Amino acid sequence: MLHELSSDQDILRDTTARFLSDQVPLSKLRKDRDDPAGFDPAYWTSGAELGWTMLLVSEEDGGGSVSGNGAADLSLIAYEFGKHAAPGPLVDCNVVASALSGQHGDLQRAVLQGLLTGSDIATSCLGAAPWMQPGSESITIRRDGDDVLIDGAVLPVESAMQASHLLVTGMSESGMTQVLVPANAPGITIKPLKAIDVTRRFAKVSFAGVRAPASALIGAFGGGDAAVARQIEVAAVILCAEAVGAMDAAFDMTIDWAFNRYTFGRALASYQALKHRFADMKSWLEASHAISDAAAEAVGKGADSAAELASTAKSYIGVQGVELAQDCVQMHGGIGVTYEHDLHFFLRRITLDSLLYGTPAEHKRLIAAMQINQEMAA
Amino acid sequence: MSDDIESVEAFRTRARAWIKANLGPLQGWDMTQHCENDDEERKAVARDRALQRKLFDGGFAGICFPKEYGGQGLTPDHNRAFNEELAGHENPSRFAVPTFSPCASTLLEFGTAEQKAAHLPAILKGDEVWVQLLSEPGGGSDVAGITTGAVRNDKGDWILNGSKVWTSRAWWADWGLILVRTNWDVPKHMGMSVFIMPLHQPGVEIHRIERLNGESEACQEFFTDVRIPDSDRMGEVDAGWTIGQRWMYHERLGHNSPYVSYPSGHTQSGQQETSTVAIARKAGRLDDPAARELIGEHRALGNVTRQLSHRIASAAASGKGNTDMSSVDRVFRGVASARRATIAFELAGSTASVWDEDEEGATDAVGMNFLMRQVGSIGGGTTEISRNVVAERVLGMPRETSGDKGVAFRDIQRGPKRG
Repeated sequence: MLHELSSDQDILRDTTARFLSDQVPLSKLRKDRDDPAGFDPAYWTSGAELGWTMLLVSEEDGGGSVSGNGAADLSLIAYEFGKHAAPGPLVDCNVVASALSGQHGDLQRAVLQGLLTGSDIATSCLGAAPWMQPGSESITIRRDGDDVLIDGAVLPVESAMQASHLLVTGMSESGMTQVLVPANAPGITIKPLKAIDVTRRFAKVSFAGVRAPASALIGAFGGGDAAVARQIEVAAVILCAEAVGAMDAAFDMTIDWAFNRYTFGRALASYQALKHRFADMKSWLEASHAISDAAAEAVGKGADSAAELASTAKSYIGVQGVELAQDCVQMHGGIGVTYEHDLHFFLRRITLDSLLYGTPAEHKRLIAAMQINQEMAA
Repeated sequence: MSDDIESVEAFRTRARAWIKANLGPLQGWDMTQHCENDDEERKAVARDRALQRKLFDGGFAGICFPKEYGGQGLTPDHNRAFNEELAGHENPSRFAVPTFSPCASTLLEFGTAEQKAAHLPAILKGDEVWVQLLSEPGGGSDVAGITTGAVRNDKGDWILNGSKVWTSRAWWADWGLILVRTNWDVPKHMGMSVFIMPLHQPGVEIHRIERLNGESEACQEFFTDVRIPDSDRMGEVDAGWTIGQRWMYHERLGHNSPYVSYPSGHTQSGQQETSTVAIARKAGRLDDPAARELIGEHRALGNVTRQLSHRIASAAASGKGNTDMSSVDRVFRGVASARRATIAFELAGSTASVWDEDEEGATDAVGMNFLMRQVGSIGGGTTEISRNVVAERVLGMPRETSGDKGVAFRDIQRGPKRG
């Protein structure tokens, strides 16, 4: 988390922190594991009132940031989501909101207003992405007269069963294309899936000749590459900040354990073999804070380094965050893999976040492509 | 911050124009600091001294040093901007570490007014290259276990005897900052003092140590009845550990210190980052997805290392950070540099084993860099010692037991008991 917050930013963060502690304590999350949505609609609308979905939306469209850097502000909310293992489609609602900000169509404006008030949920179906080999995209979009037709399937899609609309990304003959469709449009099938994170809900979404008018396109047909890249940066910022929050929670819990757990007449924290592992974990944790903040700052500013820093954060935290969480389990011993203990909520969250919107390996390949392009241009 | 300080962006623009007009492209010896022979090294040193003078005359030497000592009186953010603009340009790379950090930084913090006036401008002008005389042959990471000693004579001068080791470039440097034992009758941390001394004087013998990659920059110094005037003492007698701890803090910051101007994109060892793209291309693996993941990981780790250093340095500069957080940075850099050397080695494949002396290429050093991989986790205090510091002083965990606590230094066991 940013180590220098403005007072407005700290109010934003603290308000969400207190709301989450009150509304979704781990005791509630533990019980809600079979709840179809994983959260109450009133929870989400209250969160929207706290600013959860407005930070990447322009003021003309009814949004606005606290500090002038919406991504940095949003990273504070995401950090608290991770720290509390909070439920709800924070990532996808913000990805879609950022995509819809500045769009003029009636449908786009209506969905954006629903996202801002929290009355609607919209989620992203990423059936084409820059790390995919050409031809391996899972969704295709083609023209049919004045309409477009969507085919294919994608998983995992967060909160698809709760969503009123889907932002579909697919490959067309002229490049990546994005289109906004109602989740109940004919030809769409949503199949709920089991997920490693018990606090969040995912589905497979299939499209069989789903028809949408050209007015539902986001950007130009075949011209979606830059917008998709930008949405992936936004997602990476939220996922990384959230993972860092969860890493802090897991690490703090494990430090407490090391001081309080005695074995052979000594605290675990007194063994050099374990102290050195905690020191390594601390270095990963601080490094994760640093790169997560740098990515949020750059993405919010639209800096030239934004894509590289976002992919750096996603690939580094995606690997080292998971290692930290697993090391925390190891330090706990057997109790660390029980459902009764709290640690698994954070292990789940960190692991899931590493896999969404590009795995560490996929982001490493994106970084390599950026470096190769830079060196060829030099 | 006062309003009359030039804004970072205005400074950056001015620095960019000056650098473009006055500094040539990066030289081979800037990148590796490796010279083929001593003659070439002497030339490189002379060139570095001239470049440092050029920076001084241009108003860009010692960006974070006070104006009264010839510095620019600006902030770490200005220095960072300067470092970014300096990327790709020749620079007095041999001055960066240890002359500016830790030596000049420590001098600025603890030197007497006379010492600062005599030496800081001389350093900023390129007239004095400094080394740190800290490690000893019997010491390893136990810095406070030093046995090189100084005794005061009846004229008030100090007479130095003993030996220091791992002093990079002492054979051509000018001055040294030295930690010595001045009292053997108190526990080890309470009996040390700090002095400054010219390296080339009667009683100082300097030997060079060849390392496994063939270079012999590191030296060992032997001191026999070397006279140090009391005016060259820094701080109180026997209170040297107070200075020593800050000295080592500045050492841990190294090239990331705000007192060091050094082009961005170089590793702390002074070696230019070998392009992993060039290595993979040479090995015919540029289209291999596994190779691309390694290239991306290498680049990402470099980015993370920089951001972590920046975060910790800026927290320290704002007075918020625990100064022991620099050990977090030190552990991370040591581990990351080893991983990056390994990635370069893996990308090169079997070609890392040999190179053609007649062909110059950026990828030649990959195999040798791999053999030297652990240097980044050893030099300046091992990562193991830093892990102790992180666990004990950052996380507050119980301290390791030691055999020398509260014991007069002369009574501490210094070798195995036999028989």
